[in-house]
Amino acid sequence: MPRVIRILIAKPGLDGHDRGAKVVARALSEAGFEVIYSGLHQTPEQVAETAVQEDVDAVGLSILSGAHMTLFPEVQRLLVESGAGDVMLFGGGIIPEEDIAALKAQGVAEIFTPGAPLAEIVSFIRKKFA
Amino acid sequence: MAQERKEFNSISGVPIKPLYTPEDVDIDYDRDLGNPGQYPYTRGIHSDMYRGRVWTMRQFSGFGDADDTNQRYKFLLGRGTTGLSVAFDMPTIMGFDSDSPRALGEVGVCGVAIDSLQDMERLFADIPLKDITTSMTINGPASVLLAFYLCVGSEQGANWRELGGTIQNDILKEYIAQNSWIFPPRPSLRIITDIMDFCSREVPLWNTISISGYHIREAGSTAAQELAFTLADGMAYVEAGIAAGLDVDSFAQRLSFFFNAHIDLFEEIAKYRAARRIWARFMKEKAGARDERSWLLRFHTQTAGCSLTAQQPENNIVRTACEALSAVLGGTQSLHTNSMDEVLALPTEKAVEIALRTQQVIAYETGVANTIDPLAGSYFVEALTDEMEAQAEDYFRRIEEFGGVLEAIDAGFFQREIAYAAYRYQKEVERGDRIVVGVNRFQVDGEELAIELLKVDPAVEKRQQERVAELRASRSQAKASCALTALKAGAQGDANLMPLIIDCARAYLTEGEIIQTLKDVFGEYREVPIF
Repeated sequence: MPRVIRILIAKPGLDGHDRGAKVVARALSEAGFEVIYSGLHQTPEQVAETAVQEDVDAVGLSILSGAHMTLFPEVQRLLVESGAGDVMLFGGGIIPEEDIAALKAQGVAEIFTPGAPLAEIVSFIRKKFA
Repeated sequence: MAQERKEFNSISGVPIKPLYTPEDVDIDYDRDLGNPGQYPYTRGIHSDMYRGRVWTMRQFSGFGDADDTNQRYKFLLGRGTTGLSVAFDMPTIMGFDSDSPRALGEVGVCGVAIDSLQDMERLFADIPLKDITTSMTINGPASVLLAFYLCVGSEQGANWRELGGTIQNDILKEYIAQNSWIFPPRPSLRIITDIMDFCSREVPLWNTISISGYHIREAGSTAAQELAFTLADGMAYVEAGIAAGLDVDSFAQRLSFFFNAHIDLFEEIAKYRAARRIWARFMKEKAGARDERSWLLRFHTQTAGCSLTAQQPENNIVRTACEALSAVLGGTQSLHTNSMDEVLALPTEKAVEIALRTQQVIAYETGVANTIDPLAGSYFVEALTDEMEAQAEDYFRRIEEFGGVLEAIDAGFFQREIAYAAYRYQKEVERGDRIVVGVNRFQVDGEELAIELLKVDPAVEKRQQERVAELRASRSQAKASCALTALKAGAQGDANLMPLIIDCARAYLTEGEIIQTLKDVFGEYREVPIF
């Protein structure tokens, strides 16, 4: 039996909008992934630390405060620094098109914006780990 | 005849019949409705409503530093907005200064950065506070931002007794939905009752709590949950005030409410009407308020951010117009209309002007404000109003079974109910049972964004950090440390904290320093993450 994919859903930064993170966490869990939701107001250091401790395959960040251009690269840097550079980093939130392009160029696997179907997120992760 | 759909439900899942008749309503006019301005105020709190005065057009706004936002306020005032509403950035909302490591990447990004009285002075430069009312969306640190505001008022030569405005200061809904908490619930309630007590004596026109359903709804609740949880919070504040030894009639008139205007038109109208009736009955019959003004549920409304779509964003103008109409038909006292681009970024001037014009068209062209509560007596609207009330009453019973709002928060009750409703809605959209134009129907392949988006200057963070550092270096250290010591002692005892916080503000202590001192005494709240 193949190993179950482990995913950390995290909300770095200060914004409290956790509706998207919770809905995605639940959908991924129902789709058969093992999901860890770390809760609100996490620092990038806490996110990277949890990712390492929980030995996850992917980290999904939810950011609706506009701080995505700071927080995504910072989490990515810390993952690499702690030897977890192979963990897939993806995310979602209120993120403009041009920032998505910039983040993807920096190695973020995918960004989902409002209206993205849950099924699309599930199938994206399945494909990545097929 | 074949029907297009198998089921017809409101957006909250309330089954809707094809036709409503006298069979569906059991209303005693005087007992259940009353004329506008008469108990139980189902039809409105004023006898003349918008004929006396149109609702306040209050656009929520803030970005960058105090100067950027001051310019935006002047723009809005020039375009006919009639009240101000401050959107703070996340560090300000969470009680961190701009130079805190926790503020990284967030300074001035989704609201305005305010670190001290100095920033507040610049925010309201050339805007006379005695001539306008200001709403501030601030909760955990509400006491601090109110102190900054009062100090600016004094500097402008205004008497506190003539300053009008609102602080959100609704900490219970932070634990339930919005999640910008700082201290644990019990010390938070102590600060709130301190504010209620202080304002009732010193700033009598100030709305001390804006009891908010907006965020509960945005987090994914149904209309009935928004109604029930918000009013339950309101009842908890009233009970806390009474338990703190305050006379209910001394503070109840300064409690106001804040609701969401979602897209399901009639359900929303029913929600507002039910809210007024439930509150009036609670205040009169349970809370023992004797002054009629304590029975009135006054509310602000904001159209639903969560109903906006990133796809074909211009369609959001239409959504917002329908939502604003529900608020007006439901008798709101003030209104914020969202801009079409807020699902993508903070709004541009162009987008915010269209949003404001939407209100002006409703107020002055459509004729809907000519008569009060025009939908009263509609079999459907009255039945739906009763349904909203019944669902809310059912929730009040369930909350009571936990032992009250604080206990239900501790048990994760609200959080689970909302998360479940949000997930149910999302599944409906995914299955196509719920149509969202441009998202799961009527999509356009290869759609390209045709509107411009606002960019916040990334230099704001550094500029603001330098300002805080300069302030700390130039203020009187003796005065600052003296004020901080007094605050700490007050927090450890049972002094009213407001005068102490005002002294801290005058001594140019920063928000972060004041909040940290209180955290040292009160501790910090930690959530239990559930999904």
